[in-house]
Amino acid sequence: MIRELTCICCPLGCRLFVDDRHPEQVSGNSCPKGAQYAKNEVTDPRRTVTASVRVEGGELPMVSVKTSREIPKDRIFACMEKIRALRVFAPVKLGDVLLSDCAGTGVDIVATKTVERRMP
Amino acid sequence: MKEYEIVVIGGGPAGLAAALEARENGAGEILILERDVRTGGILNQCIHNGFGLHTFQEELTGPEYADRFVQQVRKAGIETRCGSMVIRVGRDRTVTYVNREEGLTQVRAKAVILAMGCRERPRGALNIPGYRPAGIYSAGTAQRLVNLEGVCVGKKAVILGSGDIGLIMARRLTLEGTKVLAVAEVMPYSGGLKRNIVQCLDDFGIPLLLNHTVVEILGKKRVEGVVLARVDENRKPVPGTQRLLECDTLLLSVGLLPENELTRELGADMDRATGGPCVNQRMETRIPGIFACGNVLHVHDLVDYVSQEAALAGKEAALWIREESGRETKADCRGEGIFLQAGRGIRYTVPQRLDSAGNGGNVTVRFRVDGVYQDSSIAVYSKDCCLVRKKKRVLSPGEMEQLVLTAQQQDLCRRQGEIRICVETGREQ
Repeated sequence: MIRELTCICCPLGCRLFVDDRHPEQVSGNSCPKGAQYAKNEVTDPRRTVTASVRVEGGELPMVSVKTSREIPKDRIFACMEKIRALRVFAPVKLGDVLLSDCAGTGVDIVATKTVERRMP
Repeated sequence: MKEYEIVVIGGGPAGLAAALEARENGAGEILILERDVRTGGILNQCIHNGFGLHTFQEELTGPEYADRFVQQVRKAGIETRCGSMVIRVGRDRTVTYVNREEGLTQVRAKAVILAMGCRERPRGALNIPGYRPAGIYSAGTAQRLVNLEGVCVGKKAVILGSGDIGLIMARRLTLEGTKVLAVAEVMPYSGGLKRNIVQCLDDFGIPLLLNHTVVEILGKKRVEGVVLARVDENRKPVPGTQRLLECDTLLLSVGLLPENELTRELGADMDRATGGPCVNQRMETRIPGIFACGNVLHVHDLVDYVSQEAALAGKEAALWIREESGRETKADCRGEGIFLQAGRGIRYTVPQRLDSAGNGGNVTVRFRVDGVYQDSSIAVYSKDCCLVRKKKRVLSPGEMEQLVLTAQQQDLCRRQGEIRICVETGREQ
């Protein structure tokens, strides 16, 4: 099937056409970056997922998190389900692993900010 | 009255970077005044990634980017006062602020750096008929509720405006289980970055309806739906194109306005195109010792450029103190200088002015174009002499552009008394 994509490598935003059975054959691109982007998008599209997780006993109610690496695009919602079920306890430090191997992706969920314990 | 070398108003990315660079350049006592309970500004709620590619050569989330600056400011021993709202800045550089501990306090500074950022354009500015039901949020408010407070804003949402915050929130709401029906944009192009359109809308199959707007909001207590309509080239709704989308939430992402109440009260020259003060190449307003940087000056797309611009303001403020200390200066001691003229296709430039004494270095001019142009060039002229011509495959109002003027080029413009930036032919979409 021919897929139509918008290239995000630069502001030009070329309209790319790529056959997902022949990912080497890309048209519409104006530079090699576009061809590579289209190939990745049809063979193994990946994204970093970011979200917020509730913190018990923290100075803030939520701590922001991200996947430690990009995950396959079709695993985004599976990961979100795990992230949304997550509860953590303060203190949380930036970089702490809050959940390892999220939804079988082999990728961890890490805190992207520090939330100290709430002063009594 | 306590005296500081520099008082920075606002502890967001601009304020933090300005304070750091001022210290780096020898400024002594520096005070950052922040209205919120913590520094970092809007980055605290921008939990998505994509920050810092230029500054740190890696992709960080907003809180991570902020943390790097917050740590450096702490290490540098720069005094930071949170929960402190500045209510007045005087021409004599006295700064009046209020907070719970000190009440009403005045401090004096040798230089003041304005870094108050911007605010979202509210519903009231849009003239959408209807009642005032619950469920209408500016995109940034929804971002704060969802990301910082963990609140669900609604089950089904429509987003008006395709600015970056609206696009980011379309993805964020989708991930949190809110169905986003559409993003409507009154212009024929999106005001957001391309990569946000792809990764926030296309990835989740959310339609972007260009040339569309909300003409009515239904519901009395809670939003029950919005009526969308196509608009013509004059942005007027086309009769017969209305359609109802049932939803309980409407997000508005319809532009950001630099927050310049303090600046205006100060009597600084304002630029109507940017909504911020006019500055020279040192990021200095027309009032001696008052500098400005970041979104209070003009709204940026990328925080990396805010950090660069703010660092320049911080450095120049520190140098200014050294030059001017002990000498009471008359308004704009360096003379008029020349204005950068925004020629054809250019909406504005920052700085707006080159003062008459250059400092022998390059000047980065940031600007936006007024429409979408393809296969065109950005050109800089002084009289008939073309100083710079840069080919551009595509120019769009949503992406800030920049170019560099060398000391030689600046001097030529000063001698000729003119400098003009314009977009040169190409297909206009």
